[in-house]
Amino acid sequence: MKLLTANFVQCSVKACSATPKCFPLHFDQQTADVPLELAHEDVDFSPEFVYNMLPRIDWPALTTTARELGNNMLPETKPEIENPNAPEHEQLLRDLHTLLLETQIIQGSMRCENCGHIYFIRDSIPNFLLPGHLVQ
Amino acid sequence: MSRPETTAPPEVFYNDLESKKYTSSSRIQHIQAEMTLRALDLLTLEPHQHILDIGCGSGLSGEILSQEGDHVWVGMDISPSMLAVALDRDVAGDLLLADMGNGIPFRAGTFDAVISISAIQWLCNADTNTADPKKRLARFFDSLYAALRRGGKVACQFYPRDERQIEQILGAAKASGFAGGLVIDDEENKKNKKYYLILTAGNVTTNDINLKGIKIEKQPRRTAKKNKREETTKEYINRKKELMRKRGRLVALDSHFTGRKRRPKF
Repeated sequence: MKLLTANFVQCSVKACSATPKCFPLHFDQQTADVPLELAHEDVDFSPEFVYNMLPRIDWPALTTTARELGNNMLPETKPEIENPNAPEHEQLLRDLHTLLLETQIIQGSMRCENCGHIYFIRDSIPNFLLPGHLVQ
Repeated sequence: MSRPETTAPPEVFYNDLESKKYTSSSRIQHIQAEMTLRALDLLTLEPHQHILDIGCGSGLSGEILSQEGDHVWVGMDISPSMLAVALDRDVAGDLLLADMGNGIPFRAGTFDAVISISAIQWLCNADTNTADPKKRLARFFDSLYAALRRGGKVACQFYPRDERQIEQILGAAKASGFAGGLVIDDEENKKNKKYYLILTAGNVTTNDINLKGIKIEKQPRRTAKKNKREETTKEYINRKKELMRKRGRLVALDSHFTGRKRRPKF
């Protein structure tokens, strides 16, 4: 799962989706049988896509996720870009591209802060199927 | 051909064998590609969009999303075997194992567009004794509406079993706040008839939906008044009897003599 997608997924339990705590899902508690594993996968760089997505990214959630995954380098405030084709922004867009689209979470687990349900990621596919008692 | 929907639940039906068969069949590949291109044609998207593919299966439709317009997509499916095939094929999009009837697990305003090829008719089935199709449809469309940005668009190709399923799906979509309707391709050809549910979330003004050469089927709504005017005497009697029963009155039992004339021979 890309870090970009991790910035959008929220708890699938109906009772949680009304509370603000269902997003973001936390990576702070990992289990021994599914250890956290990250990988870098090359994706074609498209500055327009990163530029389109930037307003939609929840920056505080992204810094939280990055911190839980072991990256403390992100700035506190969201960078601002006016023109995706300006040469001075290219490096920034490339960095964002590497962070959001090329960083893959291969396995690990995500925890909902509200209900405590743990979503496992295996083979880079998160499992959002709910057990019977959580389906409403 | 029998409908897979009546055979088994989707996660059971699309097992390892069926998933491989589905993905390697050139006929299915061709049909899937055609339907995905048609759905994209209807949506008229700008390039570089963030798209959700519901019921992505092995990523046949997702590949086209990556090729056409350089979109970044996220696919969700309920069948682990199908997703395993997608992993083997090394598709570009992110994959999620999720049940659409339990809601789309994305926060508000995530996607620019949503496409779904041959999937949403599965929502009309009750596969477990706790699943209620009506509730699942409502949850699906509610969370879908939330996950789209305002002005987002949806194209779902589906195979309805009958008129009632179309009505059920359309009704659920409208109740969640979507605007839109049904596009029917190849209407005369019973075998190749294709239904596309085209929906928009919020007001779409900037880039409208491509409605060239499309017939949107209008459902003539039968009002209660019109129903009453057209009913026969027998229907009238049965309706009144039913009403009285609901009110707790003592009503004669229904038989095949109910509402019949007493002819001299009787």
